[in-house]
Parts: sequence; C-alpha cells; structure tokens
Amino acid sequence: MPEYSEKVMDHFSKPRNIGEVSDPSGVGEVGNPVCGDMMKFTIKVKDDRIEDVKYLTFGCGAAIAVSSMVSEMAKGKTLEEAKKISNKQVAEELGGLPGNKMHCSNLGADALHKAIEDYEEKQKVSAG
Amino acid sequence: MKTINLDYAAGAPLDRAVLDKMLPFFTEDYGNPSSGHSLGDKPRKAMEEARQNIALLIGADSKGIVFTASASEANNLAVKGLIKAGKKKGDHIIASAVEHFSVLNQLKSLQKEGYKVTLLPVDSYGAVNPEQLEKAITDQTILVSIQTANPEIGTIQPVEKLSALARDKEIPFHTDASAAAGWMELDVEKMGVDLLTLAGDQFYGPKGSGALYVRRGVRLMPLIEGGIQERGLRAGTENIPAIVGFGEAAKVARENLEERSKKFAALRDELKESLFNSIPHLHLNGHPENRLSRNLHVSVSFVEGEALLMRLQMAGIYVSSGSSCTSQALKSSHVLTALGLSPELAQGSLQLTLGPESKAEDIPYITEQLGEIAALLRNMSPLYHQYLKEENSNA
Repeated sequence: MPEYSEKVMDHFSKPRNIGEVSDPSGVGEVGNPVCGDMMKFTIKVKDDRIEDVKYLTFGCGAAIAVSSMVSEMAKGKTLEEAKKISNKQVAEELGGLPGNKMHCSNLGADALHKAIEDYEEKQKVSAG
Repeated sequence: MKTINLDYAAGAPLDRAVLDKMLPFFTEDYGNPSSGHSLGDKPRKAMEEARQNIALLIGADSKGIVFTASASEANNLAVKGLIKAGKKKGDHIIASAVEHFSVLNQLKSLQKEGYKVTLLPVDSYGAVNPEQLEKAITDQTILVSIQTANPEIGTIQPVEKLSALARDKEIPFHTDASAAAGWMELDVEKMGVDLLTLAGDQFYGPKGSGALYVRRGVRLMPLIEGGIQERGLRAGTENIPAIVGFGEAAKVARENLEERSKKFAALRDELKESLFNSIPHLHLNGHPENRLSRNLHVSVSFVEGEALLMRLQMAGIYVSSGSSCTSQALKSSHVLTALGLSPELAQGSLQLTLGPESKAEDIPYITEQLGEIAALLRNMSPLYHQYLKEENSNA
C-alpha cells in the first residue's frame, strides 16, 4: 500500500458529499476504467455560487480522498473562486500525495472545472 | 483487532521444522562446503540432502538441481543461460502471455538484441491451447517457456501436451513451476520438461531459496561466473541455511502434498461459495476446477482494487489486487488483460491465497466484510449508478 497521509486516510475512510445533486446545474466527468480512475462531479449553482456539490468516484484510495477534498473545497465558493482550485492545492490540502498518485489530484480538479464549464455552456445556450 | 492473511502467496511464515533445521547452520555448522578440511563436511552433506529432497519433490535426479537465490534467478538462468550456450541454432523463442515478469522482461531485452519472440495467447481461463503452440513453432525456435501454473489466477497449464510438441522438434522446454511446486504432484519425466524453476518460499521455505532443474545433456551458460559451485552454473559461496530450509520445506511439502492440497481446495471452495452466495456481481477469474488448491481470484464489479485492499486492511484482512493503482507501473495485471477481462473487472480484482493459519471459522467474517465494503464502494461508483440506471430502463 502506498504511504498515504493522515488526511488522505481520513477522507478515504470517511468520504464527504458522496452522490449526485438532484437536478444539477452542471455535470463534469473525467477518466475511465482503463486508467483506473473515473469521477463524476455534479454541482448546484445559485447566484454564481456553488451551493451544493457531490461526486461519484471509481478509483483508488487517492482518487476517493481527492474527490472528497475537492467537494469540500468547492462548496460555498463562487464560480470564479472554484475555477482557481488547482490540483496542486488539492494535493497540499491532503497533506501531499505519493508521486505516482499525483495524477489523481489532477482528475479531481478537472472534474470540478468541467462541471463549471458545463454550467456556463448551459447558461450561454439559455441566454442565447 | 483480528487479522486474517489472504495473501500467503506473497509471503508465508516458515514451517517450524524448517526453521529448526536451518538454525545450526548460522552458528555451529557454519563451514564452507568447498573447504578441504572437515568444517565443510556437515554443510556439504546437508546441502546434498536438501538437493535430494528437492529432486524428490519433482521426480528428478538430484544432479540436475542448481540452487539459486530466487525463482526469478532460476528463470533467468534457464532462458539466458540456454540462449547464451547457443547449442541449438535459431533466433525464435516462444512463451505464454501470462508468464511471470522474470520471463517476460528477459524476452523484451532479447528482442532488442534481435531475437524474435512469440507470446502465445490464453483462453478466458488463462490456459494455453497446444494447437497455438504447434502453429507457433518454426525451424528457428530455440526455446519454449510455459509456466506449470499461473501464480496470480492459479490456472494449471497442460504442460505434458505442450512439452510433447517441443520435444518432437527437439526444442528445449522450460517451465516455471514456482507457483505449483509443493501444491501439486510434479514429475519432470511425466511433464517432459528440460528445465524447471522452483522457489522454496512458495511452500513455507525461506525467502531467497530457489532452484533450477536442468535435464542431463541440456547445456547452459552461467549468469554468475567465478568458482565452480553448482557444477559451474552458479558461482559464489552457497547460502547453506536457505538451502537447508528449502530442502526441509520440500520434504514436508512432499509428505503432506495430498493432505495440504485437499484441505486447501476444500477451504478455498467454501470461501468461494460463501462469497458468491452473499455478494452480487462477483466474477471468478481463472479456471473453475483446474487451478492451484490454495488460490482464489475474483473481480468485484464496479469498484477498484486498491480501494478494496485498503478497506479490507482496515478490517484486518490482507489481500492483493491486479489493479493498476496497486502496481508501481500503474498498469493493470498483464495476466488479467491476457484473459480478455474488461478493464473495469481487471481493476476490481482480488487475489486470495490461503496458508497455514487459514480456517473455515474466518469465512463468515471475510464474507461479511467484503460484502459491506463492496456495497459501500459501489454506492459511490459512477459505474454502478450507470448500471442501476440501465437496469431500471430495461425493466
């Protein structure tokens, strides 16, 4: 087993915000079973703020901990703030990730950003 | 917390009798078998007794046993040693796609040197079809290497049929029997093999003990050159304690072979029944019957192996997985890929191997824990939610 930080183990064993928000404002999916990790983030946006965020994750211990951490970091943030959440920040908040698990933190931030993009696309369409 | 080891193939405790036999050779009987004086006598005798016991385990002549430090080394001596000796002219090597890395990675290197390699595919249970070997053999083939049983999924190969095809064309046949030795009856004559790899730590002997059986008349070049230990095939002062332990483990394994394999097959089947009866969406990997008695290999659909492994460890249960996240190279097991298993099932694979402390009383706990963990991880798996949606729309 890789050496995971206490923070990673905490989020892995007690993952927060699991599931899908009902009637989501935006959906972001990344990864596939071939690479071993898959994440689906759903967000509820109100007044340009992420009111609720949930995720479904297929993946290793790091992938699950990253999903959980990203959901906590994004909740309550404005879209502009949430867009700035970087994979580096996620890894730092988790007290670091083993070298060969760093790609998991990319996935978490990517999935969140995709959900925001999806929301913004929908806004454009409805505005247009 | 109670702990249950279900990963004995990775490491098992020494048999007590094995340890007792080894201990004097660290202290009182520390001599060098190559010495001209009598301090070397006891170690030398003990080494030859060990050689005899290992030979008996595989129905071989003890003169054919070459000690190594691992099965990996024995596989290297077999493949590179034979090719370097260059007795048979040609540049083509055949192996199966499910060989251990200590065979496969050598073949990759040899390919870079200009050798041609054919990796035979396996069926969905992991077995090589002899017809495929027959088709692959050319007049340039200089070696066929196919394992006796797969260390990961436990499937036993039809070695007798495979070796007969090689023998017809006078091509040397090597088999890596490190997962099989000590767990099933092996006889180098019946199997028709020229080279056979063994490892002591696979049947309760010490780590660092391996051997290669070399049939009389098969010429090898040593990988390690120096003194004339092991008939010049492996230089260096012999690791007498490990060799003695290896020999004793072989003796105990031979004497208890039938009892051990029957006991483990029954226990393994009980565990399998229990898991499959109470946990939905499990998939059995490897052959249902024709497999190593202590091996069970399953895939838990919709979830990933490292997460399973970590959760099971939190419940005191130790397993291994063929998922990409558990490998340093971040690639899922080449064996599972060769079976044609979907990437998702390969990721959710669990290898369970029984050992000396495995008991039926633990099966309910293992079943309950794996069931709960599978449910918990499925609840957060996008693949499982997708499956549920598809089920609902079909209903």
